[in-house]
Amino acid sequence: MSAKSISIIYKREFKTFFTSPGAYIIISLFLIIIGWFFFSTFFLSGNADMRNFFNLLPIIFAFSVPALSMRLFSEEYKSGSFEILKTLPVTDIDIIGGKYLASLFFTLIMLAPTIFYPIFISFLGDLDWGPVIGGYLGAVFLAGAFSGISILASSLTKNQVVAFIISAAACFFLTVINKSLIFLPSFLTGFLQYLSTDYHFNNIAKGIIDSRDIIYFLTLIFLTLYGTYIVNKERS
Amino acid sequence: MVRIKELTRYYGQTCAVDNLVVEIPKGQIVGLLGPNGAGKTTTLRILTGYLQPTSGTIIVNGIDVRENPLEVKKSIGYLPESSPIYPDMIVFDYLLYIAEMRGIEKKRQLERIKELAKICSITEIMHKTVSNLSKGYKQRVGLALALMSDPEILVLDEPTSGLDPNQIVEIRTIIKEIGKTKTIIFSTHILSEAEATCDRVLIINKGKLAADGSADMLKANTSKSQYISMILQNAEMNAVKKVLGSLEAVQKVDTTENSGILTITLSCSKDARADVYNAVKKQDWVLLELKQEKQSLEHIFRELTKEN
Repeated sequence: MSAKSISIIYKREFKTFFTSPGAYIIISLFLIIIGWFFFSTFFLSGNADMRNFFNLLPIIFAFSVPALSMRLFSEEYKSGSFEILKTLPVTDIDIIGGKYLASLFFTLIMLAPTIFYPIFISFLGDLDWGPVIGGYLGAVFLAGAFSGISILASSLTKNQVVAFIISAAACFFLTVINKSLIFLPSFLTGFLQYLSTDYHFNNIAKGIIDSRDIIYFLTLIFLTLYGTYIVNKERS
Repeated sequence: MVRIKELTRYYGQTCAVDNLVVEIPKGQIVGLLGPNGAGKTTTLRILTGYLQPTSGTIIVNGIDVRENPLEVKKSIGYLPESSPIYPDMIVFDYLLYIAEMRGIEKKRQLERIKELAKICSITEIMHKTVSNLSKGYKQRVGLALALMSDPEILVLDEPTSGLDPNQIVEIRTIIKEIGKTKTIIFSTHILSEAEATCDRVLIINKGKLAADGSADMLKANTSKSQYISMILQNAEMNAVKKVLGSLEAVQKVDTTENSGILTITLSCSKDARADVYNAVKKQDWVLLELKQEKQSLEHIFRELTKEN
Protein backbone atom coordinates (compact mmCIF):
# COMPACT_ATOMS: atom_id res chain seq x y z
CA MET A 1 0.00 0.00 0.00
CA SER A 2 1.32 3.41 -0.87
CA ALA A 3 -0.29 6.82 -0.53
CA LYS A 4 1.14 7.81 -3.89
CA SER A 5 -0.55 5.00 -5.81
CA ILE A 6 -3.82 5.68 -3.99
CA SER A 7 -3.66 9.33 -4.95
CA ILE A 8 -2.90 8.56 -8.62
CA ILE A 9 -5.83 6.14 -8.84
CA TYR A 10 -8.03 8.58 -6.94
CA LYS A 11 -7.16 11.40 -9.34
CA ARG A 12 -7.91 9.33 -12.41
CA GLU A 13 -11.24 8.12 -11.07
CA PHE A 14 -12.19 11.59 -9.91
CA LYS A 15 -11.45 13.08 -13.34
CA THR A 16 -13.44 10.32 -15.00
CA PHE A 17 -16.53 11.45 -13.05
CA PHE A 18 -16.19 14.85 -14.66
CA THR A 19 -15.79 13.49 -18.18
CA SER A 20 -18.84 11.24 -18.08
CA PRO A 21 -22.27 12.75 -18.75
CA GLY A 22 -23.87 10.24 -16.37
CA ALA A 23 -22.41 11.93 -13.32
CA TYR A 24 -23.77 15.35 -14.33
CA ILE A 25 -27.20 13.88 -14.90
CA ILE A 26 -27.18 12.28 -11.45
CA ILE A 27 -26.04 15.51 -9.80
CA SER A 28 -28.77 17.47 -11.58
CA LEU A 29 -31.44 14.96 -10.61
CA PHE A 30 -30.22 14.93 -7.03
CA LEU A 31 -30.38 18.72 -6.74
CA ILE A 32 -33.75 19.00 -8.49
CA ILE A 33 -35.38 16.28 -6.42
CA ILE A 34 -34.03 17.33 -3.04
CA GLY A 35 -34.61 21.03 -3.82
CA TRP A 36 -38.17 20.41 -4.91
CA PHE A 37 -39.14 18.21 -1.97
CA PHE A 38 -37.48 20.46 0.57
CA PHE A 39 -38.78 23.79 -0.64
CA SER A 40 -42.28 22.55 -1.49
CA THR A 41 -43.02 22.24 2.23
CA PHE A 42 -40.48 24.70 3.59
CA PHE A 43 -42.65 27.82 3.27
CA LEU A 44 -45.71 26.05 4.66
CA SER A 45 -44.01 25.05 7.89
CA GLY A 46 -42.77 28.58 8.51
CA ASN A 47 -39.70 27.38 10.41
CA ALA A 48 -36.23 28.60 9.45
CA ASP A 49 -34.52 25.25 9.82
CA MET A 50 -33.05 22.47 7.68
CA ARG A 51 -34.66 19.57 9.52
CA ASN A 52 -36.74 18.49 6.55
CA PHE A 53 -33.72 18.59 4.29
CA PHE A 54 -31.76 16.21 6.49
CA ASN A 55 -34.80 13.95 6.78
CA LEU A 56 -34.90 13.63 3.02
CA LEU A 57 -31.18 13.36 2.45
CA PRO A 58 -30.60 9.68 3.44
CA ILE A 59 -33.34 8.34 1.19
CA ILE A 60 -32.15 10.36 -1.80
CA PHE A 61 -28.53 9.45 -1.10
CA ALA A 62 -29.61 5.80 -1.04
CA PHE A 63 -30.24 6.06 -4.79
CA SER A 64 -27.87 8.74 -5.98
CA VAL A 65 -24.67 7.42 -4.36
CA PRO A 66 -25.07 3.92 -5.87
CA ALA A 67 -25.84 5.53 -9.23
CA LEU A 68 -22.60 7.50 -9.07
CA SER A 69 -20.42 4.63 -7.90
CA MET A 70 -21.89 1.59 -9.62
CA ARG A 71 -19.36 1.80 -12.47
CA LEU A 72 -16.20 1.88 -10.33
CA PHE A 73 -15.42 -1.84 -10.56
CA SER A 74 -18.15 -3.20 -12.85
CA GLU A 75 -17.11 -1.12 -15.83
CA GLU A 76 -13.49 -2.19 -15.47
CA TYR A 77 -14.43 -5.86 -15.25
CA LYS A 78 -16.59 -5.54 -18.33
CA SER A 79 -14.10 -3.70 -20.51
CA GLY A 80 -11.20 -5.78 -19.21
CA SER A 81 -9.23 -2.69 -18.20
CA PHE A 82 -9.10 -4.13 -14.70
CA GLU A 83 -6.47 -6.51 -16.01
CA ILE A 84 -4.18 -3.59 -16.84
CA LEU A 85 -4.88 -1.86 -13.54
CA LYS A 86 -4.22 -4.98 -11.53
CA THR A 87 -0.98 -5.84 -13.29
CA LEU A 88 0.48 -2.39 -12.62
CA PRO A 89 2.69 -2.29 -9.53
CA VAL A 90 -0.13 -1.43 -7.12
CA THR A 91 -1.86 -3.45 -4.42
CA ASP A 92 -5.57 -4.22 -4.11
CA ILE A 93 -5.72 -1.81 -1.18
CA ASP A 94 -4.40 1.02 -3.38
CA ILE A 95 -7.04 0.31 -5.99
CA ILE A 96 -9.91 0.11 -3.51
CA GLY A 97 -8.67 3.13 -1.55
CA GLY A 98 -8.33 5.29 -4.67
CA LYS A 99 -11.73 4.35 -6.01
CA TYR A 100 -13.38 4.80 -2.64
CA LEU A 101 -11.97 8.27 -2.11
CA ALA A 102 -13.03 9.31 -5.61
CA SER A 103 -16.55 8.10 -4.92
CA LEU A 104 -16.70 9.81 -1.52
CA PHE A 105 -15.38 13.16 -2.70
CA PHE A 106 -17.56 13.21 -5.77
CA THR A 107 -20.60 12.57 -3.56
CA LEU A 108 -19.55 15.54 -1.46
CA ILE A 109 -19.29 17.64 -4.62
CA MET A 110 -22.83 16.59 -5.45
CA LEU A 111 -23.90 17.75 -1.99
CA ALA A 112 -21.89 20.98 -2.02
CA PRO A 113 -24.39 23.22 -3.90
CA THR A 114 -26.97 22.61 -1.17
CA ILE A 115 -24.83 24.76 1.13
CA PHE A 116 -26.72 27.67 -0.44
CA TYR A 117 -29.94 26.48 1.21
CA PRO A 118 -28.92 27.31 4.80
CA ILE A 119 -27.27 30.53 3.64
CA PHE A 120 -30.50 31.51 1.92
CA ILE A 121 -32.57 30.47 4.94
CA SER A 122 -30.38 32.47 7.29
CA PHE A 123 -31.56 35.62 5.49
CA LEU A 124 -35.20 34.64 5.98
CA GLY A 125 -35.10 33.93 9.68
CA ASP A 126 -32.97 33.14 12.67
CA LEU A 127 -31.25 29.90 11.60
CA ASP A 128 -29.63 27.74 14.26
CA TRP A 129 -26.35 26.73 12.64
CA GLY A 130 -25.60 23.91 15.13
CA PRO A 131 -27.91 21.29 13.60
CA VAL A 132 -26.94 22.44 10.10
CA ILE A 133 -23.26 21.82 10.74
CA GLY A 134 -24.14 18.55 12.46
CA GLY A 135 -26.29 17.60 9.50
CA TYR A 136 -23.54 18.19 7.01
CA LEU A 137 -21.06 16.30 9.18
CA GLY A 138 -23.55 13.43 9.30
CA ALA A 139 -23.93 13.68 5.53
CA VAL A 140 -20.18 13.18 5.14
CA PHE A 141 -20.36 9.98 7.19
CA LEU A 142 -23.45 8.88 5.31
CA ALA A 143 -21.75 9.49 1.97
CA GLY A 144 -18.80 7.46 3.24
CA ALA A 145 -20.96 4.54 4.27
CA PHE A 146 -23.06 4.48 1.09
CA SER A 147 -19.95 4.81 -1.08
CA GLY A 148 -18.51 1.78 0.68
CA ILE A 149 -21.68 -0.22 0.07
CA SER A 150 -21.76 0.86 -3.60
CA ILE A 151 -18.16 -0.11 -4.16
CA LEU A 152 -18.70 -3.51 -2.58
CA ALA A 153 -21.73 -4.09 -4.84
CA SER A 154 -19.80 -2.88 -7.87
CA SER A 155 -16.96 -5.30 -7.15
CA LEU A 156 -19.41 -8.21 -7.16
CA THR A 157 -20.58 -7.99 -10.75
CA LYS A 158 -19.58 -6.80 -14.18
CA ASN A 159 -23.09 -5.54 -14.79
CA GLN A 160 -23.51 -1.94 -13.64
CA VAL A 161 -27.29 -2.19 -13.42
CA VAL A 162 -27.04 -5.20 -11.12
CA ALA A 163 -24.45 -3.34 -9.02
CA PHE A 164 -26.82 -0.37 -8.76
CA ILE A 165 -29.78 -2.50 -7.74
CA ILE A 166 -27.80 -4.37 -5.07
CA SER A 167 -26.32 -1.24 -3.52
CA ALA A 168 -29.49 0.85 -3.79
CA ALA A 169 -31.47 -1.96 -2.13
CA ALA A 170 -28.91 -2.21 0.69
CA CYS A 171 -28.76 1.56 1.25
CA PHE A 172 -32.54 1.85 1.05
CA PHE A 173 -32.97 -0.98 3.55
CA LEU A 174 -30.54 0.59 6.02
CA THR A 175 -32.41 3.87 5.70
CA VAL A 176 -36.07 2.84 5.88
CA ILE A 177 -35.59 0.25 8.58
CA ASN A 178 -35.42 3.07 11.13
CA LYS A 179 -38.66 4.57 9.85
CA SER A 180 -40.57 1.30 9.95
CA LEU A 181 -39.68 0.06 13.41
CA ILE A 182 -43.34 0.21 14.57
CA PHE A 183 -44.20 -2.66 12.27
CA LEU A 184 -41.51 -4.91 13.67
CA PRO A 185 -41.56 -7.18 16.74
CA SER A 186 -40.41 -5.31 19.82
CA PHE A 187 -37.49 -7.60 20.69
CA LEU A 188 -35.89 -6.73 17.35
CA THR A 189 -36.35 -2.98 17.41
CA GLY A 190 -33.29 -2.12 19.48
CA PHE A 191 -31.00 -4.19 17.32
CA LEU A 192 -32.47 -3.05 14.02
CA GLN A 193 -32.45 0.57 15.11
CA TYR A 194 -28.76 0.30 15.88
CA LEU A 195 -28.20 -1.32 12.49
CA SER A 196 -29.86 1.53 10.63
CA THR A 197 -27.73 4.26 9.09
CA ASP A 198 -30.68 6.62 9.33
CA TYR A 199 -30.78 6.39 13.13
CA HIS A 200 -27.10 7.23 13.49
CA PHE A 201 -27.32 9.93 10.88
CA ASN A 202 -30.24 11.53 12.72
CA ASN A 203 -28.26 11.53 15.95
CA ILE A 204 -25.39 13.41 14.33
CA ALA A 205 -27.79 15.67 12.41
CA LYS A 206 -29.36 16.75 15.69
CA GLY A 207 -25.96 18.14 16.54
CA ILE A 208 -25.07 15.41 19.04
CA ILE A 209 -21.66 14.00 18.22
CA ASP A 210 -21.64 10.64 19.98
CA SER A 211 -18.71 8.24 19.64
CA ARG A 212 -21.17 5.36 19.11
CA ASP A 213 -22.50 6.90 15.92
CA ILE A 214 -19.05 7.67 14.61
CA ILE A 215 -17.87 4.15 15.43
CA TYR A 216 -20.93 2.77 13.65
CA PHE A 217 -20.13 4.63 10.45
CA LEU A 218 -16.42 3.86 10.56
CA THR A 219 -17.19 0.18 11.14
CA LEU A 220 -19.60 0.10 8.22
CA ILE A 221 -17.05 1.77 5.95
CA PHE A 222 -14.32 -0.60 7.08
CA LEU A 223 -16.49 -3.70 6.63
CA THR A 224 -17.63 -2.78 3.13
CA LEU A 225 -14.09 -1.95 2.00
CA TYR A 226 -12.75 -5.11 3.60
CA GLY A 227 -15.51 -7.03 1.82
CA THR A 228 -14.40 -5.48 -1.45
CA TYR A 229 -10.84 -6.55 -0.68
CA ILE A 230 -11.97 -10.14 -0.06
CA VAL A 231 -14.03 -10.15 -3.28
CA ASN A 232 -10.98 -8.94 -5.19
CA LYS A 233 -8.82 -11.64 -3.66
CA GLU A 234 -11.38 -14.28 -4.52
CA ARG A 235 -11.58 -13.14 -8.12
CA SER A 236 -7.90 -13.66 -8.77
CA MET B 1 14.80 -15.13 -15.82
CA VAL B 2 11.39 -16.71 -15.45
CA ARG B 3 10.89 -20.08 -13.82
CA ILE B 4 7.45 -21.64 -13.99
CA LYS B 5 7.34 -24.28 -11.28
CA GLU B 6 4.69 -27.01 -11.36
CA LEU B 7 2.07 -24.42 -12.12
CA THR B 8 -1.53 -25.57 -11.79
CA ARG B 9 -4.67 -23.50 -12.03
CA TYR B 10 -8.27 -24.63 -11.77
CA TYR B 11 -11.41 -22.67 -12.65
CA GLY B 12 -13.89 -24.51 -10.48
CA GLN B 13 -13.68 -28.06 -11.77
CA THR B 14 -11.93 -27.17 -15.02
CA CYS B 15 -8.19 -27.47 -15.09
CA ALA B 16 -6.73 -24.66 -17.21
CA VAL B 17 -3.04 -25.16 -16.47
CA ASP B 18 -1.80 -28.57 -15.43
CA ASN B 19 1.56 -28.95 -13.73
CA LEU B 20 3.44 -26.71 -16.14
CA VAL B 21 7.23 -26.58 -15.76
CA VAL B 22 9.21 -24.15 -17.94
CA GLU B 23 12.37 -22.14 -17.55
CA ILE B 24 12.93 -19.07 -19.66
CA PRO B 25 16.40 -17.52 -19.55
CA LYS B 26 17.05 -13.80 -19.95
CA GLY B 27 16.86 -12.30 -23.42
CA GLN B 28 14.80 -15.00 -25.11
CA ILE B 29 11.80 -14.35 -27.32
CA VAL B 30 9.37 -17.11 -26.44
CA GLY B 31 6.21 -17.86 -28.37
CA LEU B 32 3.39 -19.57 -26.53
CA LEU B 33 1.31 -21.62 -28.93
CA GLY B 34 -1.75 -23.69 -28.39
CA PRO B 35 -5.37 -24.14 -29.41
CA ASN B 36 -8.12 -22.06 -27.82
CA GLY B 37 -8.52 -22.83 -24.14
CA ALA B 38 -5.09 -24.46 -23.88
CA GLY B 39 -4.13 -22.29 -20.89
CA LYS B 40 -1.93 -19.71 -22.60
CA THR B 41 -3.74 -16.63 -21.30
CA THR B 42 -4.12 -18.16 -17.84
CA THR B 43 -0.37 -18.79 -17.64
CA LEU B 44 0.39 -15.22 -18.70
CA ARG B 45 -2.17 -13.86 -16.24
CA ILE B 46 -0.57 -15.72 -13.38
CA LEU B 47 2.86 -14.50 -14.45
CA THR B 48 1.65 -10.89 -14.44
CA GLY B 49 -0.06 -11.22 -11.07
CA TYR B 50 -3.64 -10.89 -12.33
CA LEU B 51 -4.54 -14.41 -11.25
CA GLN B 52 -3.34 -16.59 -8.40
CA PRO B 53 -2.19 -20.16 -9.12
CA THR B 54 -4.06 -23.04 -7.47
CA SER B 55 -0.71 -24.65 -6.76
CA GLY B 56 2.87 -24.22 -7.89
CA THR B 57 4.29 -20.83 -8.64
CA ILE B 58 6.29 -18.65 -10.99
CA ILE B 59 9.63 -17.17 -9.98
CA VAL B 60 10.79 -14.03 -11.75
CA ASN B 61 14.40 -13.02 -11.14
CA GLY B 62 14.38 -14.97 -7.89
CA ILE B 63 11.13 -13.40 -6.64
CA ASP B 64 8.06 -15.54 -6.11
CA VAL B 65 4.87 -14.05 -7.64
CA ARG B 66 2.85 -15.46 -4.78
CA GLU B 67 4.98 -13.90 -2.09
CA ASN B 68 5.89 -10.56 -3.57
CA PRO B 69 3.63 -9.75 -6.51
CA LEU B 70 4.41 -6.04 -6.29
CA GLU B 71 8.12 -6.52 -7.03
CA VAL B 72 7.39 -8.93 -9.86
CA LYS B 73 4.91 -6.51 -11.42
CA LYS B 74 7.60 -3.84 -11.45
CA SER B 75 9.81 -5.89 -13.75
CA ILE B 76 7.03 -6.94 -16.13
CA GLY B 77 5.32 -4.98 -18.89
CA TYR B 78 2.02 -6.55 -19.89
CA LEU B 79 -0.28 -6.15 -22.86
CA PRO B 80 -3.51 -8.06 -22.21
CA GLU B 81 -5.52 -9.60 -25.00
CA SER B 82 -7.26 -6.97 -27.18
CA SER B 83 -5.59 -4.17 -25.14
CA PRO B 84 -8.45 -3.08 -22.89
CA ILE B 85 -7.64 0.61 -22.37
CA TYR B 86 -9.97 3.06 -20.62
CA PRO B 87 -12.14 4.17 -23.55
CA ASP B 88 -12.93 7.65 -22.27
CA MET B 89 -9.33 8.78 -21.84
CA ILE B 90 -7.14 10.72 -24.22
CA VAL B 91 -4.08 8.74 -25.35
CA PHE B 92 -1.63 11.23 -23.89
CA ASP B 93 -3.46 11.38 -20.54
CA TYR B 94 -3.53 7.63 -20.46
CA LEU B 95 0.19 7.31 -21.04
CA LEU B 96 0.82 9.97 -18.40
CA TYR B 97 -1.34 8.02 -15.96
CA ILE B 98 0.59 4.82 -16.65
CA ALA B 99 3.89 6.72 -16.31
CA GLU B 100 2.80 7.93 -12.86
CA MET B 101 1.65 4.47 -11.85
CA ARG B 102 4.95 3.04 -12.98
CA GLY B 103 6.73 5.52 -10.75
CA ILE B 104 8.58 7.38 -13.51
CA GLU B 105 10.01 10.68 -12.27
CA LYS B 106 8.00 13.79 -13.12
CA LYS B 107 10.86 15.28 -15.14
CA ARG B 108 11.33 12.13 -17.21
CA GLN B 109 7.64 11.45 -17.91
CA LEU B 110 7.20 13.68 -20.95
CA GLU B 111 10.47 12.57 -22.44
CA ARG B 112 9.59 8.90 -21.99
CA ILE B 113 6.15 9.35 -23.53
CA LYS B 114 7.73 11.03 -26.55
CA GLU B 115 10.20 8.16 -26.91
CA LEU B 116 7.42 5.59 -26.78
CA ALA B 117 5.27 7.54 -29.20
CA LYS B 118 8.13 7.32 -31.63
CA ILE B 119 8.85 3.62 -31.07
CA CYS B 120 5.20 2.64 -31.44
CA SER B 121 4.44 5.36 -34.05
CA ILE B 122 1.49 6.88 -32.22
CA THR B 123 2.64 10.50 -32.26
CA GLU B 124 -0.19 11.65 -34.51
CA ILE B 125 -2.96 10.15 -32.35
CA MET B 126 -1.78 11.46 -28.97
CA HIS B 127 -4.70 13.89 -28.71
CA LYS B 128 -7.42 11.38 -29.61
CA THR B 129 -9.82 9.61 -27.28
CA VAL B 130 -9.06 5.91 -26.95
CA SER B 131 -12.58 4.84 -27.97
CA ASN B 132 -12.08 6.55 -31.35
CA LEU B 133 -8.94 4.62 -32.21
CA SER B 134 -8.74 1.79 -34.71
CA LYS B 135 -7.78 -1.61 -33.40
CA GLY B 136 -4.22 -1.34 -34.70
CA TYR B 137 -3.64 1.97 -32.97
CA LYS B 138 -5.20 0.68 -29.78
CA GLN B 139 -2.83 -2.24 -29.86
CA ARG B 140 0.11 0.12 -30.31
CA VAL B 141 -1.01 2.27 -27.40
CA GLY B 142 -1.25 -0.96 -25.42
CA LEU B 143 2.29 -1.80 -26.44
CA ALA B 144 3.47 1.66 -25.42
CA LEU B 145 1.96 1.19 -21.98
CA ALA B 146 3.61 -2.21 -21.62
CA LEU B 147 6.96 -0.65 -22.53
CA MET B 148 6.53 2.37 -20.26
CA SER B 149 8.88 1.40 -17.47
CA ASP B 150 11.38 -0.21 -19.85
CA PRO B 151 10.69 -3.58 -18.20
CA GLU B 152 13.06 -6.52 -18.30
CA ILE B 153 10.27 -8.88 -19.25
CA LEU B 154 7.58 -8.10 -21.75
CA VAL B 155 4.44 -10.22 -21.74
CA LEU B 156 2.13 -9.88 -24.74
CA ASP B 157 -1.13 -11.77 -25.07
CA GLU B 158 -1.94 -12.20 -28.75
CA PRO B 159 -0.39 -8.90 -29.76
CA THR B 160 -1.27 -9.24 -33.44
CA SER B 161 -4.81 -10.59 -33.25
CA GLY B 162 -7.27 -8.59 -35.31
CA LEU B 163 -4.67 -6.51 -37.10
CA ASP B 164 -4.27 -6.11 -40.83
CA PRO B 165 -1.19 -7.66 -42.50
CA ASN B 166 0.75 -4.37 -42.54
CA GLN B 167 0.11 -3.77 -38.88
CA ILE B 168 1.09 -7.34 -38.06
CA VAL B 169 4.43 -6.83 -39.77
CA GLU B 170 4.91 -3.55 -37.89
CA ILE B 171 4.16 -5.10 -34.51
CA ARG B 172 6.46 -8.02 -35.28
CA THR B 173 9.25 -5.66 -36.21
CA ILE B 174 8.79 -3.83 -32.93
CA ILE B 175 8.82 -7.12 -31.01
CA LYS B 176 12.01 -8.24 -32.75
CA GLU B 177 13.64 -4.89 -32.14
CA ILE B 178 12.79 -4.92 -28.43
CA GLY B 179 13.64 -8.60 -28.17
CA LYS B 180 17.30 -7.87 -28.81
CA THR B 181 17.69 -6.67 -25.26
CA LYS B 182 14.70 -8.05 -23.36
CA THR B 183 12.88 -11.24 -22.51
CA ILE B 184 9.63 -11.40 -24.42
CA ILE B 185 6.90 -13.93 -23.83
CA PHE B 186 3.94 -13.75 -26.18
CA SER B 187 1.06 -15.99 -27.06
CA THR B 188 -0.31 -16.41 -30.54
CA HIS B 189 -2.48 -18.56 -32.76
CA ILE B 190 -0.50 -17.73 -35.83
CA LEU B 191 2.22 -20.30 -36.32
CA SER B 192 4.14 -18.48 -39.00
CA GLU B 193 4.39 -15.57 -36.60
CA ALA B 194 5.98 -17.72 -33.94
CA GLU B 195 8.31 -19.12 -36.54
CA ALA B 196 9.31 -15.69 -37.77
CA THR B 197 9.85 -13.98 -34.43
CA CYS B 198 10.64 -16.49 -31.70
CA ASP B 199 13.88 -17.98 -30.46
CA ARG B 200 11.86 -20.65 -28.79
CA VAL B 201 8.39 -22.08 -29.20
CA LEU B 202 6.32 -23.61 -26.42
CA ILE B 203 3.29 -25.56 -27.53
CA ILE B 204 0.71 -25.96 -24.81
CA ASN B 205 -2.22 -28.30 -25.01
CA LYS B 206 -4.86 -28.76 -22.30
CA GLY B 207 -2.67 -26.95 -19.81
CA LYS B 208 0.30 -29.24 -20.42
CA LEU B 209 3.52 -28.58 -22.24
CA ALA B 210 3.35 -30.50 -25.52
CA ALA B 211 6.56 -29.31 -27.16
CA ASP B 212 9.44 -27.02 -26.32
CA GLY B 213 12.30 -25.85 -28.52
CA SER B 214 13.22 -23.63 -31.43
CA ALA B 215 10.95 -23.88 -34.44
CA ASP B 216 13.66 -25.74 -36.39
CA MET B 217 14.34 -28.14 -33.57
CA LEU B 218 10.67 -28.96 -33.25
CA LYS B 219 10.46 -29.65 -36.94
CA ALA B 220 13.46 -31.96 -36.82
CA ASN B 221 12.37 -33.86 -33.73
CA THR B 222 8.65 -34.20 -33.92
CA SER B 223 8.20 -35.20 -37.52
CA LYS B 224 8.10 -38.94 -37.90
CA SER B 225 7.83 -38.93 -41.67
CA GLN B 226 9.36 -36.83 -44.40
CA TYR B 227 7.64 -35.51 -47.46
CA ILE B 228 8.83 -35.29 -51.03
CA SER B 229 6.90 -33.36 -53.61
CA MET B 230 7.55 -33.88 -57.31
CA ILE B 231 6.09 -32.99 -60.66
CA LEU B 232 6.17 -35.44 -63.56
CA GLN B 233 5.24 -35.12 -67.19
CA ASN B 234 4.58 -37.85 -69.65
CA ALA B 235 3.62 -40.31 -66.91
CA GLU B 236 0.55 -42.40 -66.24
CA MET B 237 -0.94 -42.18 -62.77
CA ASN B 238 -1.31 -45.88 -61.99
CA ALA B 239 2.14 -46.70 -63.24
CA VAL B 240 3.62 -43.97 -61.08
CA LYS B 241 1.77 -45.26 -58.05
CA LYS B 242 2.99 -48.75 -58.72
CA VAL B 243 6.64 -47.87 -59.35
CA LEU B 244 7.08 -45.37 -56.57
CA GLY B 245 4.90 -47.28 -54.13
CA SER B 246 7.19 -50.29 -54.43
CA LEU B 247 10.16 -48.33 -53.09
CA GLU B 248 11.17 -49.42 -49.59
CA ALA B 249 11.20 -46.02 -47.93
CA VAL B 250 7.95 -44.76 -49.48
CA GLN B 251 4.88 -45.19 -47.30
CA LYS B 252 2.24 -43.36 -49.22
CA VAL B 253 1.81 -41.90 -52.70
CA ASP B 254 -0.65 -39.09 -53.38
CA THR B 255 -1.10 -37.94 -56.96
CA THR B 256 -3.15 -35.30 -58.67
CA GLU B 257 -3.31 -34.89 -62.41
CA ASN B 258 -3.73 -31.60 -64.19
CA SER B 259 -3.62 -31.50 -68.02
CA GLY B 260 -1.06 -34.25 -68.39
CA ILE B 261 1.13 -33.10 -65.51
CA LEU B 262 1.23 -35.17 -62.34
CA THR B 263 1.82 -33.56 -58.99
CA ILE B 264 2.91 -36.18 -56.49
CA THR B 265 3.43 -36.09 -52.74
CA LEU B 266 5.33 -38.96 -51.17
CA SER B 267 5.41 -39.76 -47.47
CA CYS B 268 8.69 -41.45 -46.66
CA SER B 269 10.23 -42.94 -43.53
CA LYS B 270 13.65 -41.51 -44.42
CA ASP B 271 15.27 -39.26 -47.00
CA ALA B 272 14.35 -41.15 -50.20
CA ARG B 273 15.24 -38.57 -52.82
CA ALA B 274 18.02 -40.68 -54.36
CA ASP B 275 15.86 -43.80 -54.61
CA VAL B 276 13.03 -41.85 -56.16
CA TYR B 277 15.34 -40.24 -58.70
CA ASN B 278 16.78 -43.58 -59.71
CA ALA B 279 13.33 -45.10 -60.09
CA VAL B 280 12.20 -42.22 -62.27
CA LYS B 281 15.35 -42.42 -64.40
CA LYS B 282 14.57 -46.03 -65.39
CA GLN B 283 11.16 -44.96 -66.74
CA ASP B 284 10.32 -42.82 -69.69
CA TRP B 285 9.01 -39.97 -67.52
CA VAL B 286 10.06 -36.36 -67.55
CA LEU B 287 10.98 -35.11 -64.11
CA LEU B 288 10.10 -31.41 -63.79
CA GLU B 289 10.59 -30.98 -60.09
CA LEU B 290 11.76 -32.95 -57.07
CA LYS B 291 12.10 -31.47 -53.65
CA GLN B 292 11.98 -32.37 -50.01
CA GLU B 293 9.21 -30.59 -48.12
CA LYS B 294 10.15 -29.00 -44.85
CA GLN B 295 7.95 -30.10 -42.01
CA SER B 296 5.74 -27.13 -41.25
CA LEU B 297 4.97 -25.90 -37.77
CA GLU B 298 1.30 -26.21 -38.66
CA HIS B 299 1.79 -29.89 -39.14
CA ILE B 300 3.56 -30.34 -35.82
CA PHE B 301 0.95 -28.23 -34.09
CA ARG B 302 -1.87 -30.33 -35.46
CA GLU B 303 -0.05 -33.54 -34.64
CA LEU B 304 0.53 -32.48 -31.05
CA THR B 305 -2.79 -30.89 -30.25
CA LYS B 306 -5.32 -33.07 -32.01
CA GLU B 307 -7.69 -35.10 -29.90
CA ASN B 308 -5.89 -38.27 -28.85
